[in-house]
Amino acid sequence: MALQANIGTAGLGTGVVERLAWLRRVTPGTWLVVLILLIMPAFAGDFVLFQVFGWSFILGMIGLSLMFLAGYGGMVSLVQMTVAGCAGYMVAIFGDSAITTISLGWPWYLAIPVAVVIATLFGTLSGALAVRTEGIYTIMITLAIASAFFYFTRQNYVIFNGFSGFNGVLPPALFGVDWRQPTAFYYLTLFWAALGYAIVLYVSRSPFGLALQGVRDNPRRMAALGFNVTAHRIAAYAFASVIAAVGGILLVWSNAQVSPGTAGIGPVIDILVIAVVGGLGRPIGPFIGALIYVLLRTFALDVLVALGLAGERFQLLIGLGFLVIVFWSPDGVLGLWDRLRARAERSRDVFRVNAGRGR
Amino acid sequence: MRVFVERHPIWSLLIGLAVVFALWLIFAVWPPAFLDAFGRKKIFLNALLNGITLGGLYFLVASGFTLIFGLMRNVNLAHGSLYLLGGYVGYEFADLTGYWLLAFPAAFVVVAALGVVLQLAVFRRMEGQDLRQTLVTIGISIVLADLMLWIWGGDFYQIEAPSWLSGPVETFLVSGVKRSSGEAIFLKYPAVRLAIFAASMVVGIAMWLVLNRTRIGMLIRAGVDDRDMLSATGVRIQMIFVLVFAFGAGLAGIGGVVGGTFQSMAPGEDVRFLLASLVVVIVGGMGSIPGAALGALLIGVAEQFGSVYMPTYAVVVTFLIMVLVLAFRPQGLLGRS
Repeated sequence: MALQANIGTAGLGTGVVERLAWLRRVTPGTWLVVLILLIMPAFAGDFVLFQVFGWSFILGMIGLSLMFLAGYGGMVSLVQMTVAGCAGYMVAIFGDSAITTISLGWPWYLAIPVAVVIATLFGTLSGALAVRTEGIYTIMITLAIASAFFYFTRQNYVIFNGFSGFNGVLPPALFGVDWRQPTAFYYLTLFWAALGYAIVLYVSRSPFGLALQGVRDNPRRMAALGFNVTAHRIAAYAFASVIAAVGGILLVWSNAQVSPGTAGIGPVIDILVIAVVGGLGRPIGPFIGALIYVLLRTFALDVLVALGLAGERFQLLIGLGFLVIVFWSPDGVLGLWDRLRARAERSRDVFRVNAGRGR
Repeated sequence: MRVFVERHPIWSLLIGLAVVFALWLIFAVWPPAFLDAFGRKKIFLNALLNGITLGGLYFLVASGFTLIFGLMRNVNLAHGSLYLLGGYVGYEFADLTGYWLLAFPAAFVVVAALGVVLQLAVFRRMEGQDLRQTLVTIGISIVLADLMLWIWGGDFYQIEAPSWLSGPVETFLVSGVKRSSGEAIFLKYPAVRLAIFAASMVVGIAMWLVLNRTRIGMLIRAGVDDRDMLSATGVRIQMIFVLVFAFGAGLAGIGGVVGGTFQSMAPGEDVRFLLASLVVVIVGGMGSIPGAALGALLIGVAEQFGSVYMPTYAVVVTFLIMVLVLAFRPQGLLGRS
């Protein structure tokens, strides 16, 4: 898979002007998207805010954690959804839920950090196991871990409450706001998604991120240069787990429940589909993939019925779409977009074509 | 073996004692104190035999998976879907003709044909791109799962075993003693499971013979070691790829018929067997047929004992085995590093 190294010009200087230089690189299109996202509640309905965008941001965050591992670390981990599910379970167990016999009812400022820490530990340990092997083995091992978690939560009634899981898991009413109100939830998820996006972008240009990309491209050379390859990979898992854990907590709040199915095999594969369809090359990819997935998931039924097909064939549509993307554009929708733009530029720039660079 | 004994005398002693103890557990009449601690011997023997026969089924499914992986470096995550498809095809065929035995060749041929199509139309186009191939197999498994759900619905299907195999047979294993007369009671066990286990052993031995004693097996082994060099010697490696893929897929199809006979088929079984194959080949060693046999036996027995003696943590036992193997021998028990 052709993954582009997203190496920016970090650490140019310390002057304020130069520190803000990145602002100049932001294109007008990006500003427009940011503006639209910020004023979205003014013209979008509750359903769009909560079901479409809220859900997209959450899935996008979990996909982002996979993108970080796969795009910058070269490790396709299927355990990210499980880390998210684990965080969701921990919030339900340590915080409040309708299952009062198990939930400990700790205040949110204790329950949430503990949940994130435990999920991160889980993700890091899974990563430590997975990095013992390379390449496609990682997929197999993380898939096995994910399914073990699924079957374990389904069988265990003492801690995980078995098949039914926990319901009534609600966000705390911080600042007197009901965070499950569509507008409030929209801004909540937007905030965390934007933060996750910014941090991933920042880390990818930090020394750690650059070293990780070096490890992805040539682990032996990096080891020869004195970098601890295994430690970098495990650290990448730890970092990605934090993002996935936050996404998982938001996911549980949006559904108000968590059950084994939350992190079942289906959702685990869905996250991979989202990240791959969006594009593993850049952090924005998973969010685009998540939006496409959620739109399909929400409206495919109506479209299929309108076309005279059975509505349940939605999964078929997802699978075929995924196949098409993997077949013709391994770097996802983003890759398609890049290629279209390159082609448009080539046809506009006559001189370059004449210079023999066109095909 | 002699070298091993000379090098590790203590380990050999421990392993020997464990083997003797296991044999005693299986063949002896348990004393009353032992019965109190462990429960009835019949339960133990049933769990053991269930585990071994389940291991046979796992071997059928996982050996195709590991063969395909070993030669083509293709992690075929659609393998579980091939298993389930084989089960459904076998069911339809057995239902149509009334002959249970006919279900096996039918499932083998249909699923192997699908394997040929997949290899020619899909995987051949992205040779050498491991990750992309794996992603494509995920897409295929999603599509196949939904197509099968479309055709066969969400119901449970079970293939009926023929009359000459139904019912239990008496085995030579003592399960207990009659209180009144002191006569030994012999364990009764379903004949069909024993037959299927014997069949999977035959398949395993046949595979070993083909791989080690024939020309085509020699080519396959050479391809596993170095496929570039093999194709450089003028062997038409694409033919071998197609052949191996068809055979591996066909084995999964046969596994489906077997699984459909002594368990049942429903949506979701594909994922279960995919995961079982994954764990089996991770434990046994990727690309190794003896490894798949050992892994399948270990996982099958562990799963059954787990579900009998600690029902809520059965999955954890399987998983622990995998974690231990990964921690101490990442290439798998019989895998080559």
